[in-house]
Amino acid sequence: MSHVVSPIREKLVTGGKSYHDVTHDICKQVEGEPTKEWKWAFGISCIIFAYGAYCLFYTWWQGIGVWGLNKTVGWAWDITNFVWWVGIGHAGTLISAVLLLFRQKWRTSINRSAEAMTIFAVLCAASFILAHMGRPWLAHWALPLPNTFGSLWVNFNSPLVWDVFAISTYLSVSLLFWYMGLVPDLATIRDRATTKASKFWYGLFSLGWTGSAKTWARYEYMSLILAGISTPLVLSVHTIVSMDFATSVIPGWHTTIFPPYFVAGAIFSGFAMVQTLLLITRVVFKLEDYITIEHIEMMNIVITITGSIVGIAYLTEFFIAWYSGVEYESYAFINRATGPYWWAYWMMMTCNVISPQLFWAKSIRTNLMVSFFLSIVVNVGMWFERFVIIVTSLHRDYIPSSWAMFSPTRYDIGDYIFSFGLFFTLFFLFAKFLPVVNMAEVKAVMKGVSTNYPAKKAKASTKTDE
Amino acid sequence: MSSTNNYILGVYDDEDEVLHAVSEVKSKGIKIEEVYTPFPIHGLDTALGHPRTRLPIAAFMFGCLGLVCAQALINYTMVFDWPMIIGGKDFFALPDWIPITFEGTVLFTAFGLVTTFCISNDLYPGKKPEILDIRITDDRFVMAINVDKNKKSAADIKKALKDSGAVEVNVK
Repeated sequence: MSHVVSPIREKLVTGGKSYHDVTHDICKQVEGEPTKEWKWAFGISCIIFAYGAYCLFYTWWQGIGVWGLNKTVGWAWDITNFVWWVGIGHAGTLISAVLLLFRQKWRTSINRSAEAMTIFAVLCAASFILAHMGRPWLAHWALPLPNTFGSLWVNFNSPLVWDVFAISTYLSVSLLFWYMGLVPDLATIRDRATTKASKFWYGLFSLGWTGSAKTWARYEYMSLILAGISTPLVLSVHTIVSMDFATSVIPGWHTTIFPPYFVAGAIFSGFAMVQTLLLITRVVFKLEDYITIEHIEMMNIVITITGSIVGIAYLTEFFIAWYSGVEYESYAFINRATGPYWWAYWMMMTCNVISPQLFWAKSIRTNLMVSFFLSIVVNVGMWFERFVIIVTSLHRDYIPSSWAMFSPTRYDIGDYIFSFGLFFTLFFLFAKFLPVVNMAEVKAVMKGVSTNYPAKKAKASTKTDE
Repeated sequence: MSSTNNYILGVYDDEDEVLHAVSEVKSKGIKIEEVYTPFPIHGLDTALGHPRTRLPIAAFMFGCLGLVCAQALINYTMVFDWPMIIGGKDFFALPDWIPITFEGTVLFTAFGLVTTFCISNDLYPGKKPEILDIRITDDRFVMAINVDKNKKSAADIKKALKDSGAVEVNVK
C-alpha cells in the first residue's frame, strides 16, 4: 500500500511519468543501439585500461621495485589507492542498505548505479592489494589453506588477514545484494526482449521471475535482512582497513579514532564519486526526471555531514597529538602540516574540510556545475588524505639519517591509471547492458513522490491510505 | 501453470485498486490463486492469506552456522594444529578473532539466505518463466483465479473481477 507522503516534500520523479514510462525510459538504452557518446566514452576507457594493464603487467613481471618505494617509505601509492577505492565503494552499500533501513525513498533512483560503483571500486582496490604483494600469483597464501609448509596457517590475530576476509566478504555480499536487486528488472527486459540473444541472456539471469505476491513478500524480507547485515558489514570493512594502520605503533597511525574517522571519510568520498557519475549518467541517458535536483541536493547534504565529521577528526587527532605529550606523535603531526609534504596536508584540509562547507548554501548545493566540480574536489582531497596518513607518517621515522622522500615512478602512476580504466570500462558496460535505475523500486514509491499522478489513481490511494 | 483455459485473469492498472480488489473478490467467496505485480505491494500477501515467510529464521540459522564455522576454523588452526605465540598473547586470543568471526557470520547469512530464497520460490538460472501476461513486469497487476478450484461459475468470477475495478478480464 502506498504510504502517505507530505505534500510539501519535493517530488522524486518528475515529468508526470506512468509506470510504463518508467519501464520504457530505463530499458531504452539497454535495448537500443549504443549511442555515439557511449562508444566514444567506452573506447577511451578501453585505451586507458589497456595502457594501465601494460603498466600493471610490467609491475608484476619486474616486481614492485619499479615503484618509487624506498627503505623508509615502504607503503605509498599502492595502499593510498587501495584505501581510496575501498572508501569510494562504501557509498553504494550505504545508499542501498543503510538508507533502506531508514526508509529513504530517494535512494530508489540511485541505488542500482551506486551499488555497481561499489563492486567496481572494490575490484580496483583489490588490484592494488594483489599488486602490492609483489608476487600476486601467491595471493592464495593469504588464505587459510592446507599447505606443504607443515600446515603453517595464516595468523588470525593480524589485521592484514582480517582485511582479506573483510574485503572478500564485502565484495561477494555486495555482488549478491546487487544481483538480487537486478532480478525483477532483468525479468522486465526479458519480457520486452525482441532479439534471440537478449531473450536468452536476460532469461538466463532473471531466474524465471514472475512477480507473484508470495515471491515479492519473501523478496522484501530478503532485501531487508541483506540490508540489515550489509550495514554492520560496510562499517566493519573500513574499520578493519583503518586497523591496518591503527594497530601498528607508527606515530600518526596509532590512533584510536581511526575506525569512525575512516568510515566517515569513506562515505564522504563515496558519495562524491556517486555524485560525479550520476551527474554524467543523468544527462547522457536523459534521466533528469528520475535523478532530480532533489537527489543531488540530498547527496550534497550527506557530503556536508560526513565532510564535517572528517574535519572534526582531523582537528581531534592534531589536538590529541599535542595533548598526549608524546613527542614523536606531536612531531608526526607538525611535520604533516609544516614539513616537506605541507602542500599535501593543506590540499587535504582545503578539499575535505573547507569545500564541503560551501554546500550549506542552498544555491550551491542545487547547482549542477558546482556540485560536479566539488564532487571531484572532494575525491582529490580524499586521495591526499590517505597519502598524507601513509607517506608523511613514514617518511621521517625515529632516525633522521633514514629520513627520505617519496616520488612516484611512471609505474606508480600507470597502476593508478589502470584502476581508472578498469573502473570506467566496467561502469560503461554496466550502463549499456543493465538498467541503471531500479525500475521495480522506483515504481513502488512513485505514488506520492511523483508529479502529476493521474487523478483517478490519486483518488484510489486516498481511499486506501491509512 | 497449464494453459488449459482454466485461469481467469483480472488485470488492474493500479496497486491500491488491486489490493482492494483482493478483499472484495475474496468476500464473494472466490478463491484467488495468486496476484502478480511489477513491484512489491505492502499488505498484499496478508490480504491473500499467505503465511508469513520463515526466511528470517533461516537467515538466523545460517548466521549461527557461519559463526560456528569461523570459530571452528580459527580455533583449530590457532589453538590445536599449530599454536604460536604472537605478541605474547594467549593461543586462545578471542578478541582478535571477532572481526573474522563476524565476517564469516555475514557471509554465511547472505549466501544461505539467498539460496533458501531461490529454492523456496523455485528460481534458478535459465528457468522458463510461466508468464500469464507479458505486462506483469511492466505496469499491470494481474489477479489469477483457477476456475477448477472454485465453486462459482466462470461468469460470476468475471463479473466479480469487473466489479472490483479490473480494466480487463482475460482467460488463459
